[in-house]
Amino acid sequence: MNPRILAATIGRILRQLRHDRRTVALLVVVPAVLLTLVYFMYVDQPHPPGQPTVFDRVALIMLGFFPFIIMFLVTSIAMLRERTTGTLERLLTTPLGKLDLLFGYGIAFGLAGVVQATIASAVAYWVFGLSTAGSSGLVIMIAAINAVLAVALGLLCSAFARTEFQAVQFMPVVVAPQLLLCGLFVPRGQMAGWLQAISDALPLSYAVEALQEVGAHAEATTTMWRDVAIVAGAALLALVLAAATLRRRSG
Amino acid sequence: MDDAVVVRDLVVDRGRRRVLQGISCVVPRGSVTGLLGPSGSGKTTLMRAIVGVQTVNSGAVTVLGRPAGTAELRHRVGYLTQAPSVYADLTVRENARYFAALQGRGRAEADGAVADVGLTEAADQLVGTLSGGQRSRASLACALVGDPELVILDEPTVGQDPVLRADLWARFHAMAATGTTLLVSSHVMDEAARCDRLLLIRDGQLIADDTPDAVRAATGVQDLEEAFLRLIRSREEDR
Repeated sequence: MNPRILAATIGRILRQLRHDRRTVALLVVVPAVLLTLVYFMYVDQPHPPGQPTVFDRVALIMLGFFPFIIMFLVTSIAMLRERTTGTLERLLTTPLGKLDLLFGYGIAFGLAGVVQATIASAVAYWVFGLSTAGSSGLVIMIAAINAVLAVALGLLCSAFARTEFQAVQFMPVVVAPQLLLCGLFVPRGQMAGWLQAISDALPLSYAVEALQEVGAHAEATTTMWRDVAIVAGAALLALVLAAATLRRRSG
Repeated sequence: MDDAVVVRDLVVDRGRRRVLQGISCVVPRGSVTGLLGPSGSGKTTLMRAIVGVQTVNSGAVTVLGRPAGTAELRHRVGYLTQAPSVYADLTVRENARYFAALQGRGRAEADGAVADVGLTEAADQLVGTLSGGQRSRASLACALVGDPELVILDEPTVGQDPVLRADLWARFHAMAATGTTLLVSSHVMDEAARCDRLLLIRDGQLIADDTPDAVRAATGVQDLEEAFLRLIRSREEDR
C-alpha cells in the first residue's frame, strides 16, 4: 500500500459521491424517516417498568443496520461499475495496489457510514428521546465498523456479479439472513440450536450484541469489545478475500 | 536501435477461440507504430498482452527490457482502453488529477494533459455529460498524464472530427520526437499512412511488419488499403 495513492483513491471515491447529490440526500434522510416510522409504530406499546421501551430496543439496533445495508448496496454497485466500465482494468495497469483500491473503498464509504450513523443517532437521541445506558459515541463507532464490514462484503460479492441486476440480488442473500438471525426478532438464546449455530457464524449478530451491551451498560464491557473485534476481523477477512478476487491478468 | 516491445511467438486463447496464433513482432523506441487490422483481428488482445493484463497461453512479451506486466512497468507504460475508461461521475479535471496522482504527478501535469487533448474548456464538466469524442479524449488525457515512456493507445481517434484527428496525430509524432514510443491501433486504413511503422494483423496472424513505404513497394500500390488486400490475397494463394 502507498499512502499517497490510498489518499488519492479515497478522495476520488468521495468526490464521486459528492457529485451524486440525490444519493447523498437519500443517505442522510432515509434513516431519519425510518426511525420516525419505528417511533410511531411503538409509541403506544406498553412496556414493563424498569425495562427499555420497544423503541429503545429496536431503534438502537436499527442505527447499526442502516450503514450495513446501505453501504453494502452502494459498494457492490460502485465496484461493479469499476469492473464494467473498464476503469478497474485501467487502474490495475497503474502503480495502484489492490489494497489501495480496497482500503480506499473501505475508508471512503466507512466515512460516509460515520456521517450517516451520526445524523441518524442525533435524530434518535434528540428527536425521539432514545436512551441508552452507554454512550452514543460507542453506538456510532459500532455503526461505523458495520459500514466497513458492509463495504468489505460488497467488494467481495461484486466479484461474483456480472450485471447490476445480479449485484442487487446479493443484498437479500447476504443481508436478509443476518437481519433475521441477529437477535432482533427472536433473542438468540431462544433459537433452535442449529439456528443459533448459523447466527454465531454471521458477523452482524456480534454487531447487534455489541449495540445491546451499550444499551444495557454504562461502561464499555468486555463482551462489547470482543464483539467489535470479531466484526472488525470479519471485515478484514472479507477484504483479503476480495483482494484475492482481483486479478491483474484476465482472459 | 533497441526495441521498446518485443513479442515472441505469442499465443492467446480467449474462451475457446484462438485469438493470437503465434505472433512475433517488435515496436522500435521513439516511433509511432500503427497496429492495423479489421475489427476482431486480435488488436486489443495483443495490446492487453503488452500492457500485461491478458493471460497468455505461450510465448513471451518483453516491454522496455522487462517481462510484460512487471510492477515496475506500471510507472512507465500508459494504456488507453478501447472503450473510454474514465469516471462518468467526475469532471474531466478530477479524472485527470486522480490518474496523475496514481503516477505521482501533480495538478499542473493533470491540467496540462487535459489541455493537450483540447479539453480545457470542458475541464469542469462531468465526463458523463460529454460527447463520445470528448469522452474518449478525456480517457486519452488520463493515459498520457504520467509522461509514460511507452504509450499503448487502442483506437484513440475513433469518433473524432478530422481536424482534431490531425491534431492528435501531430501530438503523437511530437511525443515520439522526444523519445516516447507509441503503439496505436486503428481499423481505419487511412490512418496507416500517418505511422512510422505498420503492424498489419488479421485473424490473429501478422501479415506485415514494415514501414508504409516498404508495404507500398512490396505490393506495388500506393493505397495502403489496397496494399493490405493484396497481402491478404497473396497469403491465401500461398496456402
